[in-house]
Amino acid sequence: MTSAIVVSGLHKSYGVTHALDGLDLEVATGEVHGFLGPNGAGKSTTIRVLLGLLRGDSGDVSLLGGDPWHDAAQLHRRLAYVPGDVNLWPNLTGGEVIDLLGRLRGGLDPKKRDELLRRFDLDPTKKGRTYSKGNRQKVALVAALASDVELLILDEPTSGLDPLMEEVFRQCIEEERHRDRTVLLSSHILSEVEALCDRISIIRKGKVVETGTLADLRHLTRTSVQAELASSPNGLAKLPGVHGLEVEGHRVRCEVDTAQLDGLMKQLAASGIKNLVAQPPTLEELFLRHYEDDTAEPALVDAR
Amino acid sequence: MNDFVGTSTLVRLALRRDRVLIPLWVVVFVLMAAGSAQASIDLYPDEKSRIEAATTTNSSPALVSLYGRIFDPSSLGELSLFKLTAFGALLVALLASMLVVRHTRAEEESGRLELLSAGVLGRYAALTAGLLVSGLTVVLIGLLTAVSLIGVGLPVAGSFAFGLVWTSAGLAFAGVGGLTAQLTEGARAANGLTAIVLGVSYVLRAIGDSSDGTAWVSWLSPIGWSQQIRAYAGDRVVVALAPLALLVVLVAAAYALLRRRDIGAGLVRPRPGPATAAASLRSPLALAWRLHRGSLYGWGFAFLLLGLVVGNIASNVDGFAGSESAKELIQKLGGVDGITDAFLSTEMGVLGLLASAFGIQAALRLRSEETALRAEPLLATGVTRSRWLSSHVLMALLGTTLLIVVGGLGAGISSGAELGNTGRQVPRLLAAAAVQLPAIWLVTALVVLLFGVAPKLVTAGWFLFGAFLLIGQFGSIFDLPQSVMNLSPYGHTPRLPGGDFSATPVVWLTVIAAALIVAGYTTFRRRDIG
Repeated sequence: MTSAIVVSGLHKSYGVTHALDGLDLEVATGEVHGFLGPNGAGKSTTIRVLLGLLRGDSGDVSLLGGDPWHDAAQLHRRLAYVPGDVNLWPNLTGGEVIDLLGRLRGGLDPKKRDELLRRFDLDPTKKGRTYSKGNRQKVALVAALASDVELLILDEPTSGLDPLMEEVFRQCIEEERHRDRTVLLSSHILSEVEALCDRISIIRKGKVVETGTLADLRHLTRTSVQAELASSPNGLAKLPGVHGLEVEGHRVRCEVDTAQLDGLMKQLAASGIKNLVAQPPTLEELFLRHYEDDTAEPALVDAR
Repeated sequence: MNDFVGTSTLVRLALRRDRVLIPLWVVVFVLMAAGSAQASIDLYPDEKSRIEAATTTNSSPALVSLYGRIFDPSSLGELSLFKLTAFGALLVALLASMLVVRHTRAEEESGRLELLSAGVLGRYAALTAGLLVSGLTVVLIGLLTAVSLIGVGLPVAGSFAFGLVWTSAGLAFAGVGGLTAQLTEGARAANGLTAIVLGVSYVLRAIGDSSDGTAWVSWLSPIGWSQQIRAYAGDRVVVALAPLALLVVLVAAAYALLRRRDIGAGLVRPRPGPATAAASLRSPLALAWRLHRGSLYGWGFAFLLLGLVVGNIASNVDGFAGSESAKELIQKLGGVDGITDAFLSTEMGVLGLLASAFGIQAALRLRSEETALRAEPLLATGVTRSRWLSSHVLMALLGTTLLIVVGGLGAGISSGAELGNTGRQVPRLLAAAAVQLPAIWLVTALVVLLFGVAPKLVTAGWFLFGAFLLIGQFGSIFDLPQSVMNLSPYGHTPRLPGGDFSATPVVWLTVIAAALIVAGYTTFRRRDIG
């Protein structure tokens, strides 16, 4: 499998702030890749480097087999980008902007354009300054999705959309997946990433701290277990990988490293299981685990 | 009074935002007046030399239409400051109106005012705060200027009257800014409208000053009113009531409009536009044309009018100076033809300065597109940085060229029609206008260079322009060394019609402009966007 995006050891600083601190990222061709992190973690900076808008201080970046800084314009014909903040020209209509952006990328499918306008319920005759944030975002989304490109780079594309439109967006990305288009989806909306993405990279303070499929990542984390037993449990505290154990008579509540689940189950079964609830880790827990220590450090890197 | 709740908070916010800008402008104006007065006092030690200089000035149509008449030839104050009376009032008025728009419509357009309006903020608070800040600034400029002029040694009453000339013009145009801010949805358009009113006011004043028969025309112009206070020549302070009355009327109208409109809305509701783009909208250049064409149409129309007016005034030069001594002077200066040409070449220089302002603001569009994040989506398509940069640079360069051609054509047609030699005047004035272009391009190119090298400082282009302007207008008064005078590109422009044409400076200015633009390209291609 070839890779649409390969980034290794990317550094980028603005003055004294290090927005990117040795970032590695690999997006395989044809996958929907979630790029997950809170505000200011460096998602947009990474994307801007990928688009050749910013020049990395050091590190290697390859996009669709080319160098995004030197071959920017040629590479851009093969991709479509939806920025996190969409600003439109005040006196151009949404329809004009969609057509313009599409033509500058090398053409767009008029049928697809009309279909998307309908699905996103967007009026293309309104002037840029009269659109709301969500509608401006829809303009950029329609322009990107209607373009015939290999790669979609979407920077928090749903941040202004209502839940109905978010659903439409999810359907659209599903369809893109079936067309084997590569998608880099930056987001901080976990459910969106969980629902759409084949693989995920979690970025923290300018570094990717975790990458893999959701199943891979789950394997690395803890499952929470609640059980009601026939008799009082024993030996649980000594088991490897068990955390936050609470025992209340015959009731047990704990978290266990998913790799050690089997050992816990055996121990519990020895006491006779009457009732058992096991919850796989949610992406949210996964995410929080990486960011837990940040809550004590309010100053995240300001990566613009 | 609920409608005014929060005004004082907004005033403090505005003062905080402009804590550098406002003091800087106040200092610039005060120094300009005091410095110019000091220099003139040294230049004309006795009454005889003053009367001589004032008479010469009054018999030069170029000077009178550009700056205004000296009402009392024996007055030291008037002679020292005549170049700054109406012209200074114009600049103060520009500052005052832009300050109001900056704190009202610009805030509204950006959405920041909406954020504030959701708090405890009265409907009229923003407009009132904008007017107060602007009013405060021009009152401060007037007072400090008066004090500094007294310090230099000019009469007390006259100095305060002079301060009032500036302040009253500033106040009237703060009102104009307050009103235009209610009319348009965009701050840019509001400033444009104000600039048109200001330009028309200045031209009316020029027509009024240019001959006794048309003196009444000055009274149609707010700048004319301020000028008619006649500082150091009667100090008719009462005349200031006219601009003040205008302020009251305009502010009342602005409040009335504000009461009736929604936040963010202008007077004209935006109409829906085409659902698909025209087939021609397929390149950065086509987009740039869409973005610049509105302002170019406006400027083009203004240049045509200005050219026609200038050409028309030029043809009246003959009857301009009635006195025997003035006629003698005219003969000395090369006869009626010579003085008409001298007038026209001065006015072509003014067209050159004005066209530069268009060039600068068109080139600055690069930066505003970048900071508004509208460049980014374009540069993420197949458009190269060079192509995107070229689109706006071409608009700036071709736009200024178009303006100059239209202005020169207008002047040629109207002066030719009056003098009965259109066939000769049109090509002469087109050439006279065209030689302004290299200096205009150079100043525009400076903005392009700044955009590449130091994008955050790109508005320094206006400061450079202001510096060149001051060197050109006041350099000789201040007796600046030639090496400093040479810094202004405008000083190298051949003075046509009438003067000698030399290709060397024209070629050099063009070459330097081209080099600056190339440097701007090279640096822009290497820097980060955003």
